[in-house]
Amino acid sequence: MGMETESQFHVLAVDDSLFDRKMIERLLQKSSCQVTTVDSGSKALEFLGLRVDDEDPNVLSTSPHIHQEVEINLIITDYCMPGMTGYDLLKKVKESAAFKSIPVVIMSSENVPARISRCLEEGAEEFFLKPVKLADLTKLKPHMMKTKLKKESEKPAKEEESEVSKPEIKEEEDPSVIEILPLHQELESEKLEPLMSGGNKRKAMEEVISTDRSRPKYNDITTSV
Amino acid sequence: MNTIVAQLQRQFQDYIVSLYQQGYLDNQFSELRKLQDEGTPDFVAEVVSLFFDDCAKLISNMSRSLPDNVDFKQVDSGVHQLKGSSSSIGARRVKNVCIAFKECCDVQNREGCLQQVDYEYKMLKTKLQDLFNLEQQILQAGGKIPQVDIN
Repeated sequence: MGMETESQFHVLAVDDSLFDRKMIERLLQKSSCQVTTVDSGSKALEFLGLRVDDEDPNVLSTSPHIHQEVEINLIITDYCMPGMTGYDLLKKVKESAAFKSIPVVIMSSENVPARISRCLEEGAEEFFLKPVKLADLTKLKPHMMKTKLKKESEKPAKEEESEVSKPEIKEEEDPSVIEILPLHQELESEKLEPLMSGGNKRKAMEEVISTDRSRPKYNDITTSV
Repeated sequence: MNTIVAQLQRQFQDYIVSLYQQGYLDNQFSELRKLQDEGTPDFVAEVVSLFFDDCAKLISNMSRSLPDNVDFKQVDSGVHQLKGSSSSIGARRVKNVCIAFKECCDVQNREGCLQQVDYEYKMLKTKLQDLFNLEQQILQAGGKIPQVDIN
């Protein structure tokens, strides 16, 4: 591969729409990034190496050998996705000791100030309004540079971190993926017009979750340089 | 030979400008074209084709469900998606009828608005096909596709 400093930044792009994935992939490639696209938050977590425990979805544990192979410099995710929203994904990443240093950027077609500030408060570096333009992506570089430099200086401490991270991630009080959704949904219905009529939304989400829990395959993950 | 290329290029330029002026396209289409380069010469055509497929799919789904019980959740979600993708490629008129369609759903005039979406996307499809054909003619005549900046 070559010198680490010379290699491209690798971005993980998350969006449930095929069209949007194609767009963001091209945008990122044009900005000289290596791109992996996935179509859901849970697949994003899997790709990172955060395994969702089959027995207990409350528990996220790190699969050490996976996360050491894939180095992601930035996660860019759509906000509105069935199942795990971009916000949920952001939270999960920031709650994970192993991955909280990865910068996360949220994209949305809706300009909802409350949504934007909530994401930024939760640790998102940027919030892009769709359609995302090439010029927007120039804002990503400084965030990605930070992690590269940080990783270089933190290298010897890395092994120590992954040992400590295990008990931190396995929090019993950590609300389950399913539990987060109703809370989020309540906020959603307060702050903006629901995309789908209220009653069916939770049902739709639960249906998608049960699908996600059954061993998602890597069919919809594409990596391109 | 040069004059043919120049002629075609002029035609292309005029055509694309007219599409902007008539409101079929907006600035986002220029942004889209920026993403295409020698390495990805078919990007715009691919993305646009994907978009038109989504349009056709949405309309066929909705046409089927309209006479009977409309699945509002699906319709709304579909139009929302289309609004997003039309916005991403700069399909201004299609985007606007999608926005109008959302409002139509509230007053239950779904069918009328759906026809508009159908009309606009098909109209745009023909226009863009003409544009792409012009591009091909230019390339075949050995010329380069002009950069047209619309501000």
